[in-house]
Amino acid sequence: MPEARVIPLDGRDSSHTAPRRSRRAAQCEAVGADGKRCTAKAVAEGVCGEHLAEHLRAEAAANAPDWERKLAGALAFMRRRVTGDYPIDDFGFDPDLTENVLLAAMRPLYEKYFRVEARGLDNIPSTGGALVVANHSGTIPLDAMMTQLAIYDHHPAQRHLRMLGADLVFKSPFVAPLARKSGSTLACNEDAERLMSSGELAGVWPEGFKGIGKPFSERYKLQRFGRGGFVSAALRSGVPIIPCSIVGAEEIYPIVGNVKVLARLLGFPYIPVTPFFPLLGPVGLLPLPSKWIIEFGEPIPTDELGASAADDPMLVFNLTDQVREVIQQTLYKLLLGRRSVFF
Amino acid sequence: MSTVVLITGVSRYLGGRLAALLSADSSVERVIGVDLVPPRQDVGRTEFVRADIRNPIIAKVIASAKVDTVVHMSVIATPFGAGGRAAMKEINVIGTMQLLTACQKAPSLEKLVVRSTTAVYGSSSRDPALFTEGMEPRSVFRSGYGKDSTEVEGYVRGLGRRRPDVDVTLLRFANFIGPRIDTPLTRYFSLSVVPRVLGFDPRIQFIHEDDGVEVLRRSVMENRRGTFNVAGSGVLLVSQAIRRAGRPAVQVPSPAVAVVGSLFRRAGLVDFSPEQMDFLQFGRGVDTTRLREDFGFAPAYTTLQAFDDFVAGRGLTRYIDPERVSDVEQRVLAGLERRRTAHA
Repeated sequence: MPEARVIPLDGRDSSHTAPRRSRRAAQCEAVGADGKRCTAKAVAEGVCGEHLAEHLRAEAAANAPDWERKLAGALAFMRRRVTGDYPIDDFGFDPDLTENVLLAAMRPLYEKYFRVEARGLDNIPSTGGALVVANHSGTIPLDAMMTQLAIYDHHPAQRHLRMLGADLVFKSPFVAPLARKSGSTLACNEDAERLMSSGELAGVWPEGFKGIGKPFSERYKLQRFGRGGFVSAALRSGVPIIPCSIVGAEEIYPIVGNVKVLARLLGFPYIPVTPFFPLLGPVGLLPLPSKWIIEFGEPIPTDELGASAADDPMLVFNLTDQVREVIQQTLYKLLLGRRSVFF
Repeated sequence: MSTVVLITGVSRYLGGRLAALLSADSSVERVIGVDLVPPRQDVGRTEFVRADIRNPIIAKVIASAKVDTVVHMSVIATPFGAGGRAAMKEINVIGTMQLLTACQKAPSLEKLVVRSTTAVYGSSSRDPALFTEGMEPRSVFRSGYGKDSTEVEGYVRGLGRRRPDVDVTLLRFANFIGPRIDTPLTRYFSLSVVPRVLGFDPRIQFIHEDDGVEVLRRSVMENRRGTFNVAGSGVLLVSQAIRRAGRPAVQVPSPAVAVVGSLFRRAGLVDFSPEQMDFLQFGRGVDTTRLREDFGFAPAYTTLQAFDDFVAGRGLTRYIDPERVSDVEQRVLAGLERRRTAHA
């Protein structure tokens, strides 16, 4: 007789709770909601009469076609959303929404459009705090979203990258709640330290607007790495810094000009002009399909230096430069190895 | 050890509950309640003094009764009940000044417990995820409860400096919620259609009324010097809270929020002040590590449980009934199963 596997209807994997069939099936194998095994005698299929209907239903669900299981999962998701039955962490991170909607929406872009190749994922620890530091480019922070998805989809521990975003992100309507729900929080020392000391994987793009809004002629030239705040946060929490180099994002929206007057009027850091935007209107908003490589470098440990090292500005500057240099060199190496921008 | 306790704001919900709790405790010799109107709820053997804390009579009460513990809870959050913003400020700031002056002159005083609020941290897009007690607000207060409370805290710290022998406990409470308490937020979530700011979904924290009263009681009965954030663990998003209350939401663009807010205020539905608009746009979260570790109290209700208790205890009709939602889900699944068995 084949092993019965209970497929939960909400689409989550809970194979560890599936009843195992023993050879001497005298006792009912059903496990109640309280986690205790049923004590009645088994009559058929290794379960008692009371649990038989439930067991058969579960078995039928296990044989259900894939789309039906997906539909059941989607229904359960919608029920949770409508009734507000989902957990939110202190930062406003909503894993239910992120995993089922936000990351799923990014996946085609990641796999089919940019054909992202993630390298060196084993440099990211499976547990404990760490800080991913990456170069920033591409006019809109698609590089951050792709890095988040690369780690969630391809790291064995399926970790969520908790990104540290600029003030403007949390001021903007629609963007602010999405950023918080997808796991971002404000790039300030308090939040960075709180994230990393509670064992989360934080991500930071220290070039900020100088990096993401730089003209195409300066592509792959790293800008100043902020004021090194990310290094002192990592030092205080004693977590390793993982340099991350992203190739491909520079070419998605090549910035050839900046409408500074309009940007100042609207309160944006820049209004980009690309060869296609605003010339082609909405079509110009389509990113160019460059081929991406995201490489995670070897972790730089900080725990040996101690938390007091964060108050030594020379050490912080040197460490900031070291991280920046590693990323810059990796970028050059990756660019040399690249066949073309699009393949 | 507190024996003679004076509570300001005793006729309001929390003051009344604290007075009732303390008068049930035999180790408390006397409980004196001060307010402008007599208490409506049962306050046990509390002696009620009808007085304004701005009046010098308060100093005489403290001196003649040899009060050793003062619990200051009469800072009000909304101008609605006070009769305007000017009167509210008068009661909050000038009242506190007068009360603390009386306290400073009272040799019998050993302890001062002040109910403050997490509104002193403000609400802005530049806020850290969670405020600890040592952090300053990132936004500038224009007016209102947050500003009043900041000034009140300043005077309280001043008293602490001048009378180092007095144990000062400053409690910064998150928004109170529960089956019985009436606050602008409980009214807000009881509206049949809940307006919220378009494009924003702030994080909010609650403290259950029972937990809040217990924190106040412990501050009176035990020595807990210092400043403490008081909130249930975890946060809720406004959208999530509205869904858990089973209410439909309507999103109002932020330029129109002030107009909608004043309409609600005029209609007497919810007393929204401008700073509460900021709160509904950016929210706020506080860190309660100090409450748990130094004060030694873990709230029994998390933010989410406190909110659910409010929804259940108020008997709010959940227009979007979770049972009906899961019923629809089950029916669709059953339909699928029937279809499958019919084919098999």
